[in-house]
Amino acid sequence: MSGLDKKQDKKPKIPRQKMPEQDPIERAHNFYEVALGYNNDLALLEASRCLNCKKPFCMAGCPVEVDIPDFVSMVKAGDVIGAAWKLKEKNSLPRIAGRVCPQESQCESKCLLGKKGKAEPCAIGRLERYVADYAAVHGEGKIPELPKPTGLKVGVVGSGPAGLTLAGALIKKGIAVTVFEALHELGGVLVYGIPEFRLPKAIVRAEVDELRKMGVEFKTNWVIGRIETVDDLLEKRRFDGVFIGSGAGAPLFLKIPGENLNGVYSANEFLTRANLMKAYLFPQSDTPTAKGRRVVVFGGGNVAMDSARTALRLGAEEVSIVYRRTMSELPARTEEVHHAVEEGVKFKLLTAPLEILGNESGWAVGVRSQQMELGEPDASGRRRPLPLPGQIFDVECDTVIVAIGNGANPLVPSTTKALETNRWGNIIADLDTGKTSRERVWAGGDIVTGAATVILAMGAGRKAALAMMNAFGVS
Amino acid sequence: MFEILEKERIGPGVHRAVISAPDIARAHHPGQFIILRTHEDGERIPLTVADKDRDKGTITLVWQEVGVSTYYMGTMCVGDKLQDLCGPLGKPTHIEKFGTVVGIGGGIGVAPLYPITKGMHDAGNHVITIVGARTQGLLIMTEDMNKISDETLIATDDGSFGIHGFVTQVLQGIINKGTKIDLCVAIGPVPMMKAVVNVTRKADVSTVVSLNPIMVDGTGMCGACRVEVGGKTLFGCVDGPEFNGLEVDFDLLMKRLSMYKGPELIALNNFRETPRGCQCALPGGA
Repeated sequence: MSGLDKKQDKKPKIPRQKMPEQDPIERAHNFYEVALGYNNDLALLEASRCLNCKKPFCMAGCPVEVDIPDFVSMVKAGDVIGAAWKLKEKNSLPRIAGRVCPQESQCESKCLLGKKGKAEPCAIGRLERYVADYAAVHGEGKIPELPKPTGLKVGVVGSGPAGLTLAGALIKKGIAVTVFEALHELGGVLVYGIPEFRLPKAIVRAEVDELRKMGVEFKTNWVIGRIETVDDLLEKRRFDGVFIGSGAGAPLFLKIPGENLNGVYSANEFLTRANLMKAYLFPQSDTPTAKGRRVVVFGGGNVAMDSARTALRLGAEEVSIVYRRTMSELPARTEEVHHAVEEGVKFKLLTAPLEILGNESGWAVGVRSQQMELGEPDASGRRRPLPLPGQIFDVECDTVIVAIGNGANPLVPSTTKALETNRWGNIIADLDTGKTSRERVWAGGDIVTGAATVILAMGAGRKAALAMMNAFGVS
Repeated sequence: MFEILEKERIGPGVHRAVISAPDIARAHHPGQFIILRTHEDGERIPLTVADKDRDKGTITLVWQEVGVSTYYMGTMCVGDKLQDLCGPLGKPTHIEKFGTVVGIGGGIGVAPLYPITKGMHDAGNHVITIVGARTQGLLIMTEDMNKISDETLIATDDGSFGIHGFVTQVLQGIINKGTKIDLCVAIGPVPMMKAVVNVTRKADVSTVVSLNPIMVDGTGMCGACRVEVGGKTLFGCVDGPEFNGLEVDFDLLMKRLSMYKGPELIALNNFRETPRGCQCALPGGA
C-alpha cells in the first residue's frame, strides 16, 4: 500500500482497500470462497478514491464497457442498489465478473490513480463484486422492465459466459432466447472449471435464475451436434439466429509417453470431477476423484493454479506446479499465483516433463523431467526455454494433472453445414460482431479465440448480441 | 426428470427398463449411448441404448449392478425418475450391406449389440449371432436376438445351456467351416473382446468392438475415456464408442477401467448404509 504523502496533500490519501480473505492455512483445506468481499465501510472508502475522471480510461479497458465512474459514484453516494442497476445495464453477470475478471490488466490498468505511479488504481473489481452481492441480498430480486416481445427468437449453443451474456442482452430487447447446454448444470466453465473457492456455484445459479426470471429458456442435457444440429435449429425450429458459444473444451495433452497411465488427468477432468460433480463431498456425492498424496500439475496458467489449489483442498500432502519457464513468465493472474504460494503450492520451475513413469499395474509414479534455462526471446517476446544437456531428473508423484490448455471441440463446428473453421478447428468469426461464414450464425468466446478469459467471452457475447440486434433491426 | 415406465429383472443383478425420453428416442441411432445421473448427487454414467420406440417416445436401458449408480437403479421402480438423461452421444454404427455379419455378445454386452444387429439385419446382411455367458442364468435377450438374426448360436462356459464353450470357440467353428465373414461386431467384457480379436485377426476378418471406458461429460471435454487405437490416443465418447478391434489396446483399457476400484467400493458401502433406494418406498425420494 502506498502510504501518506503529507508534503503534497493536506488531507491523507486513502490507500487502496484490501479485501478480507480466509486465512491461507485454513482455506487450503476447505472449499469455501477465499476472498470474502468488502463490507459497506470498506466499499465506501474505496469508492471515495475514484477521481471520477471526465474522460474515464477505465471504461475503455472493459470488454463489456461497464459505466464504471457512474456506478462507483453511486456507491459513494450510498445508492448501492442504483449502482447495481447501472452495472447490469452492460453486464448481466456482475457477481461472476467481479470475481473472475483479470481487472489488473483491464479496467484497473487504465485507472488514472495507478497511472500517476504514486498510488494504486481504484479497486473496481472489488467494488463490482460488492455492489452485485449487495443487490443480490437487498435487491428483492427485481428484474429490469422488459419491452414487448419482438417475435424474434434466438438459439444459443452453450450456457457459458458468452452465451449467458448474449442471452441477457437479447432478452432485455424483447428477443426470445433458448439456451442449449450439454451438461446437466448451467454455466459451462463457470460450473465445471472454475473452483467453488473462487466462484461459488450458488452465485452462478442465482445469476442464471435471474435470466430465467426475465424469460430466457434453458435446455440442459442437450448436446447440439448430436440430438440436433445448428441447421436443425435454423430450419426446423425456425430460430432467427443462432449463437455458438460452445467453448474450447477439448483438453490438450503433451503427447509424451505415459500420459494414459492411471492417475493422469486432464485439468478439465480433474476440475469437472471436483466442481461439477462435487467429488470433494465423496462419498456423499457419488463421483470420486484422485486424492493424490503427491500431485504434479503441468502448466502455469490460471487452470493450473485452480487444479493445484483444488488438489491441496482434496488432501494432497504435496502439490507442485511444473513449468518450463520462471515465475515471471507464468501466464496465470498474479493474484492466483500469490494465493497458490500462500496456500503452500510448490513451484518446480525451468522444468519440462519428458515422460510419465508408471508401475506394473499401470499407475503413474513419477515424472522424468528435463532441467531448462532461459535463452533468447522468441516470437511471443518471452524468453525461450532451452534444455540443459544431461540434466535429467525424476519427480516422484502419484497424480499428474495436465493443464496445458484446450483445443477446439469439433462437435458443433463439424456438424454445422458451411461453417468455416481455422486450422486449429476454431470457428472463424468477426471479432467485432461474431459474424461467421454462415448466414444467421454468430459465434464467440473460446470456440472462436481459443482458450481465453471469462470476461473476453462475455465481451464477445455482448458484441454478438449488438450485431444480432443490428441485423434484426432491433435497437 | 425421466420416468421409468417399465422395469424387470432379466438376470442376477441385471435389469431392463423402458424410460420416457422422446427427444432421445427420436435422435438415436444404433451404437450410440446416453449418460445418466440417478439423482442430484449422482455420478454421470454411460449406458448404451438397447432399444428405442420413436412412436412411444421411449428408450430401453439394460444394466448390470456393478457400482453405486447401477445398484441404485436396480432398486428403482416403475414411476421413479432419473434425474438426468443426456444423449444420444457417440458416433452411430456404420451400417450398410456388408454381406455376412457375425455379431458376438457376451454377458451384458448383448444389450448394446441388439440395435446394431437389428440395423445390420434390416440393411440386408446375413446375420449370425453368437450369444455367450458364463452360465444359463446369465444369458439375456436370447429370444430378442433370435428374432433379428438369420442364425443364432448360444454358448455357455459351463455348458448349462447351448454349446459348451466360449464364444470364441463358436466363432472359430464358423470360420473353420469356411463361412466367409465380411464383418464381426463384438461387444462384451474386455477379455472377451480381446479374445475375439485374437481369433478374427488370424482369420483376417474386420472386427468392430464397442468400448466402455470411464467417462464424465461424454462430449469430448474431459478426456477421462482415453483409449489407444492403432497407437493413437482417442476419446471413447466422441471418437467411439466403436473402434477397429484389431487396433485396440485392450490391456490399457482394462487397467484404466480399474482406476476407481477402491473409491467404487467405498461409494457402494456408503450407499448400502444410507437410506437411498426405491423412491416409492421412501416418499420424497433419496
